[in-house]
Amino acid sequence: MTDTPNTDAGPVKRFLRATEIDTRLLGMVGALLLIWIGFHLTGHFKNGFAAFLTPRNLWNLSVQTSSIGIMATGMVLVIVTRHIDLSVGSILGFCAIVMGVIQVNILPQYLGLGHPLIWIIAVLCGLALGALVGAFQGWMIAYLTIPAFIVTLGGLLVWRGVAFLVARGETISPVDETFSLLGGGPYGAVGGTGSWIVGLIACAAILWVLVSSRKRRAEHGFAQRPVWAEGFLAALGCGTVIGAVLLVNAYTWPKGIVKQYAEANNIVVPAEGLAISYGFAIPVLIMIGVGIAMTILMTRTRFGRYVFAIGGNPEAAALAGINTRWMTVKIFALMGMLAGLSAVVASARLGSATNALGTLDELYVIAAAVIGGTSLAGGVGTIYGAILGALVMQSLQTGMVLIGFDSAMQQIVVGSVLVLAVFIDNRYRSKTK
Amino acid sequence: MTQTQTPLVDIRDLSISFGGIKAVDGVSLDLYPGEVVGLLGHNGAGKSTLIKMLSGAYQKDSGEIWIEGKKADIRSPRDSRDHNIETIYQTLALADNLDAASNLFLGRELTTKLGFVDDGAMEAETRKIMARLNPNFKKLKEPVSALSGGQRQSVAIARAVYFKAKILIMDEPTAALGVHETQMVADLIKELKNQGLGIFLISHDTREMMELCDRVAVMKNGQLIGAERVEDVTEDDILSMIIMGKNPKKAA
Repeated sequence: MTDTPNTDAGPVKRFLRATEIDTRLLGMVGALLLIWIGFHLTGHFKNGFAAFLTPRNLWNLSVQTSSIGIMATGMVLVIVTRHIDLSVGSILGFCAIVMGVIQVNILPQYLGLGHPLIWIIAVLCGLALGALVGAFQGWMIAYLTIPAFIVTLGGLLVWRGVAFLVARGETISPVDETFSLLGGGPYGAVGGTGSWIVGLIACAAILWVLVSSRKRRAEHGFAQRPVWAEGFLAALGCGTVIGAVLLVNAYTWPKGIVKQYAEANNIVVPAEGLAISYGFAIPVLIMIGVGIAMTILMTRTRFGRYVFAIGGNPEAAALAGINTRWMTVKIFALMGMLAGLSAVVASARLGSATNALGTLDELYVIAAAVIGGTSLAGGVGTIYGAILGALVMQSLQTGMVLIGFDSAMQQIVVGSVLVLAVFIDNRYRSKTK
Repeated sequence: MTQTQTPLVDIRDLSISFGGIKAVDGVSLDLYPGEVVGLLGHNGAGKSTLIKMLSGAYQKDSGEIWIEGKKADIRSPRDSRDHNIETIYQTLALADNLDAASNLFLGRELTTKLGFVDDGAMEAETRKIMARLNPNFKKLKEPVSALSGGQRQSVAIARAVYFKAKILIMDEPTAALGVHETQMVADLIKELKNQGLGIFLISHDTREMMELCDRVAVMKNGQLIGAERVEDVTEDDILSMIIMGKNPKKAA
């Protein structure tokens, strides 16, 4: 069976068909670039200072996106199965404060301050707590048949209140030193060499995916992409990765940090200064790792297949022998665990834990998933879309701060963009059907 | 057909109530290999409820289900499938957002050695079975919401055929189909019957039932009015059973 390209189609259409690139993905990337360039130029003309498309800003943008991005991947599952989770921000706050208490008030007593196990135990506790809270909410939704909207609206208030009670509203700081690396910062990044290693592994993985997909298609005699299209995809993928590495490596440590680092390690700083690259920030790598793992979960496992089946037709899923209730519990537990992971990133970045951490995050997470093409009607959504959605939201906010919009204006723009994005997406879907 | 062999399905005194109303009230019915038994009755007569107890969607209140001479405990759709019972629902029970292969294998996905779903293998198998059932079927990659009624029906039927059902339950399989597609389903029922499957068929079309079935069972208000061989009754007899709830043969 060979794909006979339709000669009537224009070159763009033929190109898209050959490469099998998702046009929605293309649209989102286009929108993102438009936002980036728009803010860059606006900054240039309005303030005479174009700050957006700089390594520094883009690096910070990537770090700021990670907390919302991590949770947005889980929200995709929740929304695809026709539920909603309004409690993720509060679960984040609850997990953060508990991890703070564990690593600052409890563990040092037994292990001693700065013990290498402290951050591991704290993180595991945070993830477990998030999963437990999520599972509990999922159980109420699935087995007590209380609507998810109500359960998690309750959770939004309850877990924030519990977070306050855990430490009586105190801010807990400073967090464990190793723990704080998970939030980014000069030391919380993998550096120039590390980034190249990550980049090369990523390129190898892209090539491996392309080759093995070609092999699988050949096994079953399915239509293959033309070789030039495969080459293009490989070049595009690897090019993007290498571009990202060059970008994060172009952002170097500020003088103060270099001096501090040099003194601590007995390095003499030459007169012209020492260029030490940040490289990929650890929270960004966590987000990318979560994104890949969740994509595999959603597209290559039975669990993911059932999530989509439940979203498409819950009754059919149940009749096919899928335990839809237990699935709901698992999905909410996973969402809770990701909120716990975001709590790690957010509190590590802040260097302290407060009960207010993650306030309003639920709205940004839902918005990110929805802008990323997850349909509230259920059954449709992608992980990469949600992460891109989070990036769009964060780009808007960062950009508006850079060009000096006040917070009232920011809210108006972000809210409008959310509605507009869903409107455009609806139009797009009804046209392609 | 000799009826001395063990029935494939032997339903004994099955009952279920919803909120005090007996939806199925003490129904006993059997089904033999290579036999098509039609279930007739008004809407709400209890036909669908009866078969849903067999397919695991509902759990019986009382009574027994025997499959191939063994007492079966069917508590879920999965149990039902484990007894080689496949059901084609009136609503087709397809996840509209998934493609044909994903629907065909839903709940029974083929996996690779590493435990990941093997979409390639499932698509290849789907191509094979579709080539047999409905050669016009080409839209393998698209969500089934993009398919016509007949194509959707083929997916639902393919599910039953692929997994080698011994007992097939079809709830109004031709309700949404055109003339040509209805004929295709009828041919398929005959073919499966010849392969020795037992089929429960629900339909409102009395004439179609007379043509396809070996026996027809009529239900009214949750009770079984009678199960008669089609050659022993006329269409009028059946209609009077459906409407009046009286079995003219028993009355005679």
